[in-house]
Amino acid sequence: MTSNQNILVKLNQAGFRLKNKWLVKGVSLQIEKGKIVTLIGPNGSGKTTTAKIALGIYKKIDGEVEKFTNKVGYVPQKISIDWTLPLRVKDFMVLTENLKDEDINEALSLTGVIQLKNKNLGDLSGGEFQRVLIARAISKKPNLLVLDEPVQGVDFTGEIALYKLIKKITDELNCGILLISHDLHTVMSATDHVVCLNGHVCCSGSPMDVAKNNEYKALFGEQASQILSRYEHRHDHIHTNEGEIKKN
Amino acid sequence: MLDDFFIRALIAGLGIAIVTGPLGCFVIWRRLSYFGDTLAHSALLGVTLAYTLEFNIAFSVFIISSLIALILIQLQKRTNLPGDALLGLLAHSSLAVGLVVIGFLTFIRFDIMGLLFGDILAVTVDDLLIVWIGGPLILLILKLIWKPLFASTVNYELAEAEGLNPDRAKAIFTILMAGIIAISIKMVGLLLITGMLIIPAAMARNISSSPQGMVVYSILGGLLSVILGLFTSLEFNTSSGPSIIAASLFLFILSLLNIKQSIKLKN
Repeated sequence: MTSNQNILVKLNQAGFRLKNKWLVKGVSLQIEKGKIVTLIGPNGSGKTTTAKIALGIYKKIDGEVEKFTNKVGYVPQKISIDWTLPLRVKDFMVLTENLKDEDINEALSLTGVIQLKNKNLGDLSGGEFQRVLIARAISKKPNLLVLDEPVQGVDFTGEIALYKLIKKITDELNCGILLISHDLHTVMSATDHVVCLNGHVCCSGSPMDVAKNNEYKALFGEQASQILSRYEHRHDHIHTNEGEIKKN
Repeated sequence: MLDDFFIRALIAGLGIAIVTGPLGCFVIWRRLSYFGDTLAHSALLGVTLAYTLEFNIAFSVFIISSLIALILIQLQKRTNLPGDALLGLLAHSSLAVGLVVIGFLTFIRFDIMGLLFGDILAVTVDDLLIVWIGGPLILLILKLIWKPLFASTVNYELAEAEGLNPDRAKAIFTILMAGIIAISIKMVGLLLITGMLIIPAAMARNISSSPQGMVVYSILGGLLSVILGLFTSLEFNTSSGPSIIAASLFLFILSLLNIKQSIKLKN
């Protein structure tokens, strides 16, 4: 890998331990400008933990983390907001950074929730809230986007549109993305680097390399491996609405 | 003009209300009302210390309250006791120790009622200076840490991930809490300071839809409570602290009518 100014975050043998239980151990990865790194792995494999290590939320960690940017947009997997706060969508948009009104409008329009701008955050549905979360993260034009299952609860067509949007934003802003997703289909087509976790790094590389890896197959099964490997010749098939892959 | 005790009380009270307004919002948002209570209880110890060492009361209350906050943070790290138990432990033990120490100070005449519930007669020109220098200073610092403090109130991890340093903001906020208790103890009394923090902010929550709006209403509510409360206290010769708090309760009840109306509108 190249070591240059393009690196935004670098984890070196990073791990995090809660009491005596390792949540994740020995993770090395780096996120570069304009690149998408995806974390995959079963539940409890340490994906979210790895993201939090990269973000600097966990401080007492093993190994090293180097963060070269502070302009970060984060879409957490779970967010509990206390409704003792009177908080509208537009207040939430400027939570960590002051933005111009047109930037707020632009981001909310991109994720399709501009009409909710003056609504109370507590009145949104799960999918709407998720779109607001994504809008907030991209509106500050970050150098690094960390998206932890960003499209959970979003309807199917919205899901695809949002992934396209995420890809487009990476290109436009030339920002690096750390993505966590269970949706192997949608994600892999745009990913530059895949890290497969299972408490440790089970394998990593390009989507193709990972798909061929035996440990990956053992973890996700033969079928998942086929999903990934098809992306090598992804011009000869289409995706149906059911998420199936049809050959042309 | 400042010769009049009532004018002095009014100026001090208004100065305090401007500061308790925004701080009170954070006390409600961050669920710190019992924390505020604990700091206020420990203020008694600060007062006795001030009399013993012939210190300024506000200053020694500030020191003791900050110290109690620090002890609390350490206890939270080192024990498995729940937060409310630790708060209760500190609140009542510091109150008890303060009262015991008063027992030893037989050479000083203590106005216990004044300490607990505030005393408008006790407000001096020096106190005014403390309120009107300390108050704006607290507000200025709060404004500086607003972004990280508010963001981490909404969601700690978002604030931390996006580089806002919420831990520092929280520590500074704790010191500000000790500060407001120190400057308002003479006026409102240590048993009622938390009321001054919470009730106007609670009233404001009922009638506002944005955080900034809540802060503004909370300040206005506090100012109005001070004016109403002090005039009542003058008229009926009641203690200043309880009168102010009762006035804020009155405003809170009025704000409930507003909620009723908006619920009706929704249906």
